[in-house]
Amino acid sequence: MLAHLPVLHVIIPMMAAPACLILRRRDLVWFVALAATLMSFAVSIGLLLQVLESGPISYEFGGWEAPWGIEYRIDLLNAPLLLLVSGISAVALFAARKSIEAEIPKDRHALFYIAWLLCMAGLLGILATGDAFNVFVFLEISSLSAYTLIALGKNRKALWASYQYLIAGTIGATFILIGIGLMYMMTGTLNMADLSERLPEVSSSRTVFTAFAFFIVGVCLKLALFPLHVWLPNAYAYAPSVVTAFLAATATKVAVYILIRFKYGIFGFDFAFSSLPLQSIFLTLGLAGIFVASIAAIFQDNLKKLLAYSSVAQIGYLIVGLGLANETGLMATLLHMLNHGLMKGALFLALAAIVYRLGEAKLSEMHGLASRMPWTMAAFLIGGLSLIGVPLTVGFVSKWYLVTAALEHDWWPVAGLILLGSVVSVIYVWKVVEVVYFKAANERTAEVREAPLSILAPTWVLVAANLYFGINTELTVGITRMAAVSIFGGL
Amino acid sequence: MELIINMGLLSMLAMTAIAIVRIKDLFAVAMLAGIYGLISASFFVMMDAVDVAFTEASVGAGISTLLMLTTLAITGRFEKADKKSRTRFALPLVLLTGALLIYGTLDMPSFGAADSPVQEHVAPRYLNDSAQEIGIPNVVTSVLASYRAFDTFGEVIVIFTAGVGVLALLMRTDLPPISSVKNTASMEEHMVLRIVAKMLIPLILLFGLYVQFHGEYGPGGGFQAGVIFASAFFLYAMLYGMNAARKVIDSSLVQVLAALGVLIYGTTGVVAMLSGKNFLDYSVFSEDPVHAQHLGILFIELGVGLTVATVMIIIFFTFSGRSQVEGERD
Repeated sequence: MLAHLPVLHVIIPMMAAPACLILRRRDLVWFVALAATLMSFAVSIGLLLQVLESGPISYEFGGWEAPWGIEYRIDLLNAPLLLLVSGISAVALFAARKSIEAEIPKDRHALFYIAWLLCMAGLLGILATGDAFNVFVFLEISSLSAYTLIALGKNRKALWASYQYLIAGTIGATFILIGIGLMYMMTGTLNMADLSERLPEVSSSRTVFTAFAFFIVGVCLKLALFPLHVWLPNAYAYAPSVVTAFLAATATKVAVYILIRFKYGIFGFDFAFSSLPLQSIFLTLGLAGIFVASIAAIFQDNLKKLLAYSSVAQIGYLIVGLGLANETGLMATLLHMLNHGLMKGALFLALAAIVYRLGEAKLSEMHGLASRMPWTMAAFLIGGLSLIGVPLTVGFVSKWYLVTAALEHDWWPVAGLILLGSVVSVIYVWKVVEVVYFKAANERTAEVREAPLSILAPTWVLVAANLYFGINTELTVGITRMAAVSIFGGL
Repeated sequence: MELIINMGLLSMLAMTAIAIVRIKDLFAVAMLAGIYGLISASFFVMMDAVDVAFTEASVGAGISTLLMLTTLAITGRFEKADKKSRTRFALPLVLLTGALLIYGTLDMPSFGAADSPVQEHVAPRYLNDSAQEIGIPNVVTSVLASYRAFDTFGEVIVIFTAGVGVLALLMRTDLPPISSVKNTASMEEHMVLRIVAKMLIPLILLFGLYVQFHGEYGPGGGFQAGVIFASAFFLYAMLYGMNAARKVIDSSLVQVLAALGVLIYGTTGVVAMLSGKNFLDYSVFSEDPVHAQHLGILFIELGVGLTVATVMIIIFFTFSGRSQVEGERD
């Protein structure tokens, strides 16, 4: 069975989802979904170890060799992300059972878990595949199920938020498809490795330029790069809390992965940066996104929305890393993808705990909540510190490399702006800390009890990961550095 | 001649699209959307893409129009006037996108050119060797169902996800049991329609089966067959009422069948894995490699047809269940 490892993490949830529709009973469905997710997680660990030991792994579907058939290709770039997606999914599913009791009607629970499994399978499929069209197919699976998951939110505005996301996401996916179609037209192949060999021959054509432009815009819509981020804050704010935790930690990261894979792995560094002024576009939009979104976050009362805006800002950091266009910059982006997944996962799960007790997460109704829910708020605090980039947390590690990458160019203003962005995030994290720690409890918060262990434990697992990988950076830094080197070395 | 027909079809497409944007009567819009699908299908035929044309005709012109009409039964017929004019930003953006697309065509290989990259790299093997490797005349089916069968599995999951999404958001659990309500078909007086439909339905079902099993030899396959099969069902439900339709097939059974379709497809792959080959490698099904391919394609097409047909029925049931309840509330 070891030979099938590269596909099992996708096949298991894809088979579990229809099986769950037949099972129907919600406890059973939850159990099957969790078991399938844990199996995917175990497979991802196995894959990462295998890649570290013996290099990239290829798997040919149907026994047809690429480029005629479809190939899965696991390497250092996607293996850690497989681990992130399946890991966060497993942790969030643990919390989901209790959390959705208060947010989703009981007769929808089974369908909720099915959509969850499909969404995870879609995201994992995008990461693992070595075929450009296969990316699009799995993008459709993950998007459709994500729209469903978001629309299941308690507030009626969830429907509108999901609809906005659906429109933006569909335009993004269509642009991506146009890009892939034009690439196929000019090369006659859909396999990524094959594309990267054949594209340089035709790279000066206007058709390939158009393909690249459509592809980049489409992906940037999906990853919510400022100013294409408009769909994100509402979608994250009104989705069921655990869904926000899952999607915020994984979905945009997977979109960033697509960007990196196509930009470096297919179009190639030279083409990507010479055909469009991509370096300055990414730097400008990334930095603008950091400030606009961080400042918008300061003024939010709904904590879910506050963190959603913070996510847009963090995507800015990821894009700045790519805009720096050097090895350290790419490494910082890869590292921050993992780290941001861990911190947003922890933060949004802490919010899920608050929503479970209070019904919503409005800052104006959370006076002195820390005395009532000490563990939840401590988790939030540590997550917030990680978001700012305080030493001993993962946030520090990735910002450190990002600043280093800027200084390699001697771009002091960029480094300065990155640090200034952190200062802005101090403001919105402090705003929360002030209310929950230093204000006296009011009538509403006085009766609140600590969140149940089934939500608290998963939250703290992620908090612990934030601290562990913040102190012991060997593993994450090592892997992302090797990935960045292999991408730049392959030029 | 071909050029003139193509130009005619494309300008009709453009006109239909503009009309869809401008008209506020959604009933007309649904009809125009169907026409749009039909013109696209004709255009695809002109481009010799008959399989795509068939799919577009059955989905774009057929079932999606029906689903739009079912939606209109719930939402009402007219679009509410939008006070803000949104064209100021949208129009320049659309024009820019269009301009970029036209710019992209400047270096395209001309349509159908034998020396274009598409004809010279991957496709020759499909065209030349699939007859020996897979042994069926329809190369499109060879590619979809064998060479790139994993994409098709993904597409089936997409359809399944759509069904799950519609159920999760719109399903009613408070529908009264079938026996307790009087069957109210809106078409009770239309005797001619009902009798003609009764005569047509068996033929439609038969045609669906033909398309299902003939996909290896001509245009067709599970996707189109599933849609055709489901449309026979829609016709029955529209003319004889939802309760009559629910008596034919229970809605929870439909869901089990939809899941079963995906499982049949997936199991075909898993069986190959358990026999030591890669996922969806059909060679494990028989000693004779060509026969094995036939069997594999038969299995997965069965899964596709089952899931597509039942998901369409699920969507239709759920939408109509919605309008039934809204209707009672009025």
